Amino acid sequence: MSINATLIGQMITFALLVWFTMKYIWPPLFDSLEERKKKIADGLAAAERGHEEILLAEKKAKGVLKEAKEQSSEIVNLAQKRANEIVEESKDAAKKEGERLIVSAKAQIEQEIQQAKEGLRQEVADLALSAAEQILGAEIDKSKHQDIISKVSNQLG
Amino acid sequence: MATEAHAAEGATGYIIHHLTPLHAGEGFWTLHLDTLFFSAVLGGLFVWFFKMAAEKATSGVPGLVQNFAEMLIEFVDTQVKDSFHGKSKLIAPLALTIFCWVFLFNFMDLFPVDILPLIGSMIGIEYLRVVPSTDLNATFAMSISVFCLIIFYSVKIKGPWGFAKELMFQPFGPWLLPFNLLLKLVEEIAKPISLALRLFGNLYAGELIFILIALLPWYIQPVLSFPWAIFHILIITLQAFIFMVLTIVYLSMAHEDH
Repeated sequence: MSINATLIGQMITFALLVWFTMKYIWPPLFDSLEERKKKIADGLAAAERGHEEILLAEKKAKGVLKEAKEQSSEIVNLAQKRANEIVEESKDAAKKEGERLIVSAKAQIEQEIQQAKEGLRQEVADLALSAAEQILGAEIDKSKHQDIISKVSNQLG
Repeated sequence: MATEAHAAEGATGYIIHHLTPLHAGEGFWTLHLDTLFFSAVLGGLFVWFFKMAAEKATSGVPGLVQNFAEMLIEFVDTQVKDSFHGKSKLIAPLALTIFCWVFLFNFMDLFPVDILPLIGSMIGIEYLRVVPSTDLNATFAMSISVFCLIIFYSVKIKGPWGFAKELMFQPFGPWLLPFNLLLKLVEEIAKPISLALRLFGNLYAGELIFILIALLPWYIQPVLSFPWAIFHILIITLQAFIFMVLTIVYLSMAHEDH
């Protein structure tokens, strides 16, 4: 139980152990701990930053979406307007075309009436002439009485 | 005390036999071979384990060994940061070494009291005391080393004159100089003595109780030694912790300039 030279031996062992720990054990382990702490802190900061960026991007996306919606509604409005215009235009065109067709048809009808009138006149003249011929026999010469016949036929028209 | 007693037979002989170290040499130059051997082996174990962890140390995902080592490092570092506010490359590694070494010393106490001496006697070793912290030399070696560091840092930080002033003029001012000096010297010297004796006393008593339990009939032994061993797990850790914390506190006191 007495104090003896063992004390010196133990002190040497102790000093060696402390020296070894100080030199080779504590620094690498402690550094790795510190480094990991830093890494974790950096990671957390990066995550925070990422989160903020996401918020920002979301905001931006919302803005873009809103703009796009506005643009598209504008485009739709324009298209509708244009479509209305086209419809109006085509209506007008159709109306005009119809009128034109009517006019030309009327003209044609008029023309045909005239033709028919002419034909009828001719026929009536012929009939009258043949009737007169039959009544008068050879007394009436066609060539002699040409002007009378044409006068009559004109009256008929 | 061992020389005349180890001839005694019976219970006393058994106890004395267990508390007698394996020694060589005479007088002051006696060497307790078992203390030296076990403390060196345990120190080697500590250094080997931590060196292994330190070599593979990575700031990425730590392995099992590194995790355990880092847990201890973190624990010690917290204790150091709590009470020591200066900067020192020595204190934290010193505290780690003390904690682990003392813990391993004390842990030897949990081996059944007879098993290692029995193995020793098989290979011709007559006496074997396996717990180094039941040897005053082991505990005093640490506490005296710590004491030397206290003196060294006191002188280094405060200067020789500053340290001398602190010894002479505190706490009662220059008019009570001899009284101050006496008080301070006792205070300083009490530090290593209390450190060493606290550890020694706790472990010596613990070991003694294990030996006494071992003397009882075999069917009573487990009933007593099992709870005592469980209680001892607390004690060995606590004593290692106390030794470490007091070392840190003493050294931080040495660093503080009044």
